[in-house]
Amino acid sequence: MLSKIVRTVANQLVLFILIFGLYVIAHGHLTPGGGFQGGAVVVSGVVMLLVAFSSHDLKKSLRERVLTIMESTGALIFAILGFAGLGTVFFYNFLVGSPIFGRVPPTGPGPGDFWTGGFIPLMNFAVGLKVIAGLSAVVLAIALFARGEEMEE
Amino acid sequence: MRRVIGLVLLLVLAAFLVSGMLLVHPFGNPSPTDMDDYIIENAQNQTGSNSVVASVVFDYRGLDTLGEATILFTAVTGVLLLLRAQKRKEESS
Repeated sequence: MLSKIVRTVANQLVLFILIFGLYVIAHGHLTPGGGFQGGAVVVSGVVMLLVAFSSHDLKKSLRERVLTIMESTGALIFAILGFAGLGTVFFYNFLVGSPIFGRVPPTGPGPGDFWTGGFIPLMNFAVGLKVIAGLSAVVLAIALFARGEEMEE
Repeated sequence: MRRVIGLVLLLVLAAFLVSGMLLVHPFGNPSPTDMDDYIIENAQNQTGSNSVVASVVFDYRGLDTLGEATILFTAVTGVLLLLRAQKRKEESS
């Protein structure tokens, strides 16, 4: 555990890091970034908490079962979305033109509309969930292993 | 003798690298392929995504991303399993 100054700053800063990571995930179909990148940004906030506080304190809030369920849910949503368009072809974007994320932007450079992209935003959310949970679990497990502890169920 | 062979191999490698550097396309002027043009022209209409890279990663090449996600899943599973097995082994011995 580091000094009180570091802990306070980390406490304030982690909110902004989370918001930025979620922004990168949510706008993956409009701006550079996406599920993998935004998830890595969120996990960098978790790593900051791990450095500022001790992994012993953090393992009570990041439980292994919750992280495992989150990661499996993300993988499952991704695979289901991939299989859902199987009537045409594997990974067919079946949501284009539907009321959910169905708008089609004009061709060429443009400001971008959030409600576009077919299933790409949903894929980004699934991958983001997966990356957040998976990398958090890995980082926490390694940090706890260095102390000779184990993740809580 | 070994040094001579190493030097020859190094020179051959250097020749390949230099020739590759000289033969590379000028920046911003890649050799066009049919697939590039097709994706650039049709990505916004077909997938509705303004970011063409995202449409390639999650739609046109979605199978690759599925494999990528599987790699991540396997890595996480392996790390969690390995670190736990180590702990159990220490306890039993």
